Amino acid sequence: MAESAAAPGVRPEPPVDAASPPLVQLEGVSRRFGSVAPVHALRDVHLDVASGEWISIVGASGSGKTTLLNILGCLDRPTTGTYRLDGVDVGRLDDRRRAGLRARHFGFVFQSFHLMAHRSVAENVMLAEVYGRRPRPGRRDRALAALQSVGLADKAESSPALLSGGERQRVAIARALVNGPRLLLCDEPTGNLDSVTTQAILDLLAGFHTAGLTIVMITHDLGVAERAERRVRILDGRVKVEP
Amino acid sequence: MTADNAKDLAQPSGISIRDLLDESVAGLFARPLRTALTVLGTVIGLAALVSTLGVSRTAGNQIIARFDELAATEITVSAKPADPEAPPNRIPWDAPARVSRLNGVVAAGTLTRIDVGDALVAASPISDPQRRTDFKLAVEAASPELFTAIRARLRQGRLPDAGHGLRRDRVAVLGPNAADQLGVHLLGPMPAVRIGDNVFLVIGVLDGVARKHELLSAVILPEGTARDLYRIDAPESLVVETRVGAASLLARQVPVALQPRDPSGLKVASPEQPQQIRAGVSSDLDVLFLILGGVSLLVGAIGIANVTLVSVMERVGEIGLRRSLGATRWHIVTQFLLESAAMGLLGGLLGASVGLLVVVGVAAAQSWTPVVEPLLPLAAPVIGGLTGLIAGCYPALRAGRLEPVEALRAGP
Repeated sequence: MAESAAAPGVRPEPPVDAASPPLVQLEGVSRRFGSVAPVHALRDVHLDVASGEWISIVGASGSGKTTLLNILGCLDRPTTGTYRLDGVDVGRLDDRRRAGLRARHFGFVFQSFHLMAHRSVAENVMLAEVYGRRPRPGRRDRALAALQSVGLADKAESSPALLSGGERQRVAIARALVNGPRLLLCDEPTGNLDSVTTQAILDLLAGFHTAGLTIVMITHDLGVAERAERRVRILDGRVKVEP
Repeated sequence: MTADNAKDLAQPSGISIRDLLDESVAGLFARPLRTALTVLGTVIGLAALVSTLGVSRTAGNQIIARFDELAATEITVSAKPADPEAPPNRIPWDAPARVSRLNGVVAAGTLTRIDVGDALVAASPISDPQRRTDFKLAVEAASPELFTAIRARLRQGRLPDAGHGLRRDRVAVLGPNAADQLGVHLLGPMPAVRIGDNVFLVIGVLDGVARKHELLSAVILPEGTARDLYRIDAPESLVVETRVGAASLLARQVPVALQPRDPSGLKVASPEQPQQIRAGVSSDLDVLFLILGGVSLLVGAIGIANVTLVSVMERVGEIGLRRSLGATRWHIVTQFLLESAAMGLLGGLLGASVGLLVVVGVAAAQSWTPVVEPLLPLAAPVIGGLTGLIAGCYPALRAGRLEPVEALRAGP
């Protein structure tokens, strides 16, 4: 994807220094739901993700992979353990600061796209800037540039309802990238797409990864997972790094 | 990790006021039909409030105007019983002339109930053997000016003038009820009434009076005629019509003009202060209509709360998306509160406009002057906005309480 190499939303990560900490560092993270009959969604997870790395987390339904992604995206807090982002213990930050992280440093791509049907494609992308206090001037231009990077500049004024599944996911990717996140978190990004469109979306992600974007992608599809540099398997809440 | 990096990572989320307003407006217009229907509830509530208050004020003003026109412009003077040693208290015969010189007097006339004993009144030439033709009717003596003071209207004939009294003409005017009772319908045959042994030519029949309604069922004789026939010492009462606002002052001046040596010997019946009655009338109506408007507004508020709650349930996925994009709980709460307040505000603006149109329409239909408190059209949107804000509290807090993970799982 030649266009993705010049994607304006991708923040180039600095060269990885062997002495510098990984971008994401989970140490002994566990997540338990309920107290009467507790469900252990994650158990003693240790995971490092280096800057610029693309990893896939593979596991069956109910294995805990979405819980792991939610913790990585600061949508949920671990019950025990430490989560460091670029060396900062983000588990200790208050809700406003964790929301700030989501606004400026994380991009989310969901299986069901989560586009607002009554807004245009460009307005959906622009929404990502609202909570990050980014200046209003230039917001539309930045959204158009992000749409350009996913090949949908000509659909900026369209309604998401008129787009195909693949196009909707591209819009979601443009929205996730418009703020220049440090970490792109994808939850089954190709789960609702056919095989041809799946490959196109994976090609797009590969292009952004090549440009320096750190990606964590969860999937149950091994074929999709193989596109990542590294695969992590999760089973009953325990993580196993595959060779 | 550098210190700058840590600081950058610890920056809280935030949204500008303009973005917040934009998002709220966009949320409102995302489902325009639903918003319109929701706003309709508040429009009806506030239109009811404004129109009921406006119509009540307009009607109250009309009632007060009529009150001012009649009751507040009437003084009736009569003589108090005097001490046996003191000279008797009397209204002089020239009382109308004396009083009419006072500023603020429109008309003044004397009225005296004549004691005719057991004498019955009968009409002539009407003599119907099938039914009773003589009745016990009140007989009154009136000065010519009295008819102006009581705003008498004629059905037919004429009113007695000063000449009838001076000449002691045996003429009479009948109240409409008395004329009907006596069977006097036309003056062409020159009907007469007989009171005891005295016969009087009927020269006029009244149609109505604005005050002293007892005259509607009476036979009214010229004062001079009555003095000659029935030995009246002095007029029984003096009826004065005043200009609006002059009654209370004239109530003090008239006794002095009539009996300067002892004004306190005369009793003056004057109306209540118009301001007090105005306040009483307005207050009674306002309470009634405020309750009606308040109930309507409550229905509107329940509508907003209900629709906002449904909207929150339907927009769970959107709430999850916003949280993933960096919205805090309070950003979500504030947005929903602004949306519900904006619906209330819009409803208030439209309701105030509709309410004013209703007031003007009702006033125009009745040929009244529309009267609305100047602050009411301005207060209505504020009341609407506050209603929306209060109605939106529970749904908004519920939206804010949603965990982002649950919200994202719930729907796209």
